[in-house]
Amino acid sequence: MSFLTSRVVLYSVLLLGFAGVWELQQAIDIQSAAMHQEQDDLVLRSGPLLKAMSLEYAPLVADLYWTRAVQYYGNKQAREDTKIELLWPLLDVTTTLDPNLLIAYRFGSVFLSEPPPRGAGRPDQGISLLQRGIRANPDYWRFYEDLGFIYYFELKDYRKAADAFLEGSTKPGAMIWMKTFAARIHEEGESRETAAMLWTEIYNSAGDANTKENAKIHLQLLRAEIDCEQLNKIAAEYEKRTGRIPASMRELVSAGLLRGLAADPVGFVYVFENGKAQLNPASPLYKKQPESKKAP
Amino acid sequence: MATAAIEIENLTKDYPFGFLHLKKKTSLEGLTMRVEEGEVFGFLGPNGAGKSTTIKLLVGLIFPTAGTARILGKSISDISMHQDIGYLPEQPYFYDYLTAAELLDYFARFHDLPAQERKARVDGMLKKVGLETARKIQLRKYSKGMLQRAGLAQAILHDPKVVILDEPMSGLDPVGRREVRDIILELKQAGKTILFSTHILSDAEMLCDRVGVIVGGKLRGVGAPDEIVGIRANAMEILFECTASATGLDGLLSKAKQLGKRYQLQVPEADLYATLQKLGGAGATILSVTQVKATLEEYFMHLVAADRAQAPAVEVSGK
Amino acid sequence: MKRVGVVALNTFREAVRDRVLYNLVFFALVMIAASILVGQVSIGIHEMVIVTLGLSAISVIGLLIAVFIGVGLVSKEMEKRTLYALLAKPVRRWEFLLGKFGGLLLTLTVNTMAMAAGLFLVLRLGRLSSDPLEGPVLVAVYFILLKLAMVVALALLFSCYTTPLLSILCTAGLYVAGLFVGQMRNYHSDTISPALQAFFRWISYVLPNFENFDVMAAAAHARPIPAVLIMQNTAYAALYCAIILTAAAAIFTKRNLK
Repeated sequence: MSFLTSRVVLYSVLLLGFAGVWELQQAIDIQSAAMHQEQDDLVLRSGPLLKAMSLEYAPLVADLYWTRAVQYYGNKQAREDTKIELLWPLLDVTTTLDPNLLIAYRFGSVFLSEPPPRGAGRPDQGISLLQRGIRANPDYWRFYEDLGFIYYFELKDYRKAADAFLEGSTKPGAMIWMKTFAARIHEEGESRETAAMLWTEIYNSAGDANTKENAKIHLQLLRAEIDCEQLNKIAAEYEKRTGRIPASMRELVSAGLLRGLAADPVGFVYVFENGKAQLNPASPLYKKQPESKKAP
Repeated sequence: MATAAIEIENLTKDYPFGFLHLKKKTSLEGLTMRVEEGEVFGFLGPNGAGKSTTIKLLVGLIFPTAGTARILGKSISDISMHQDIGYLPEQPYFYDYLTAAELLDYFARFHDLPAQERKARVDGMLKKVGLETARKIQLRKYSKGMLQRAGLAQAILHDPKVVILDEPMSGLDPVGRREVRDIILELKQAGKTILFSTHILSDAEMLCDRVGVIVGGKLRGVGAPDEIVGIRANAMEILFECTASATGLDGLLSKAKQLGKRYQLQVPEADLYATLQKLGGAGATILSVTQVKATLEEYFMHLVAADRAQAPAVEVSGK
Repeated sequence: MKRVGVVALNTFREAVRDRVLYNLVFFALVMIAASILVGQVSIGIHEMVIVTLGLSAISVIGLLIAVFIGVGLVSKEMEKRTLYALLAKPVRRWEFLLGKFGGLLLTLTVNTMAMAAGLFLVLRLGRLSSDPLEGPVLVAVYFILLKLAMVVALALLFSCYTTPLLSILCTAGLYVAGLFVGQMRNYHSDTISPALQAFFRWISYVLPNFENFDVMAAAAHARPIPAVLIMQNTAYAALYCAIILTAAAAIFTKRNLK
């Protein structure tokens, strides 16, 4: 066999081989995913044990677990799986291994407290994580922001929320609006403007993609809420004029009450359901609402 | 014409080196020669001349840049040819965790011998090279001479027609050298073809039917040791002692070389007996009579000098 | 083929005489110590920790042997010139390579099986073993062996070409890379270009995927491992080894010895 033909044969064999490997790997991926979907695996959950085992590499191992936590969350979201029970143990281990991994606390506080579908719905775990974070990093003011956040949005405990913002505002580097928020919440309790401001702040200061995305969605939902309220007012006007409840946006436009078809921040037109305006079920925002708010 | 045992045609080996491998060192250039069946052929040359390169090319450890070679009619790229050759590498080193018996058995397994015969051959070989008593000792404990003998054993174990030895006597003491020489002669008696490389000229003179001299990667001369030197022995040298009072020897004495009380005199072969009678008659004591030969060494040194004059002596071993 | 076996058996013999198998003593000690200590510490997860520890030890020891001996398989013979006399025999270079591979794999198989037996012994003695547990643990051990085969093939490839130190670094590097291949495949980020993402995806298939063989969690929790996966992984390892060994043979067959 000449040199050239032997080279050609060799490369073809290698290429074919890799093609086979590619195919096989895809099959294996499917199989593995199916296997892992049944149950999540975190074999060793004891933070102190892992810390002992990591010797002087604890921060490195912490990074690995942190990466794993983010991936775990991402995978669950991609699969639209709302059961994320492993998030807490993963973050627990991460922060035990490296108590100064600030981003882990922040991430955890958001996604542990958020209700499904985007979080674990365990604000108590979120608070517990933040308190550990505060113990290890007493001067980091953002933890107080996060704490106030949880009290405000999830627990609706405005007193504790205001206290958290106030405490945080005294820490070095704290932004001026911490005090402002403390005051507002103290006075008004829940308000949409405050909510919008808080989410905007989170969006601007987010350290990872997931948190940023989450804040954006919240802002969009808030926008949608405000829009729907407006639309409901216009619908009431329409009813007054025509005696009928509107079935779709078009009717309002024809009646001259609306200049154009009102759409949500991602471009889907709002619909009317029993005369009440709401998000279009086809809109991606629809799925992201807290379960309690979705239409039955 | 009988198939030569080894036929080499224009065998060339270049080693690229330097930046982007643009330069090359030619280790062997256009070697063409034959080794007939049944002869003992010696490869001579200074270090780095190309002897080992040629042998490694023949055995398939390295690959030629150009040219071909055949052993017993088969190309050197034909693996089946290896059934009929035995090879002893230069400064051999074997798996030191094996014993001599295990090593031979291991190598023997590549030769398709039935188990019974394999065992018999291994035992026979160990006896032949004198390693019987050491057969159960691990090779790491062997002396250099013993290793060389083990190497020889593995080379001839399978009774090959062609035996190729790379510097078989290097590093051996005189006893060892004698043993190896004896084995080579035995193999020759058995009709094997032997090719070996050496830079010990006296061994070559003693053992070889023909020699090939390689200097600087090129073959400079091939032939029987006598032929190659070009001078046939036709003079005799007489070593004798005589007292100053010896008469009738003036003519002779003036031609002789004096070393203290002894004289060294060269005479043509035809005049040998006449001279001896004269010396005896004059009362001189004859100490010895020897043949005068131009030595291979002189020829050799001449070739090396000529080569060095042409190109600076760069002893690159191709490593 | 017979010659492959001859080389393989000799390679195995070399490993034994180099006292490689003494690592089993170390393993035994580790298992005993662990089983005693863990018994005091954890309740309810005793068998899980033993299995995890045992499998990790088997994997780590196996990897050390595979890498450190693997990188010397060919380079040591070339360095020490033991190869010279051998290649003059009627044996093809690829037969030699395959024999070396087989010999080390045999050594690893013996070693791993012995360690697995030790693990099972510890589990049985501690009355922690149960039917559902043994199956997955055995499969996990088999997967470790498959993984080691691939590592040996890689080490052998580098051994044909470069020094032991570089070979160790490359093989170890590829092993670590192979653990993160899954992440590479699914890497989504707005910070890198789609072309780069496609490249990562492509390369994630070319690199050896060692994540496939990680079923330690399933074994620890005594969850059965589907037979399909066993077959797929076997095929994967076999195919990948074949590719690497072909490449190694191609390199080595043309190699000029010193």
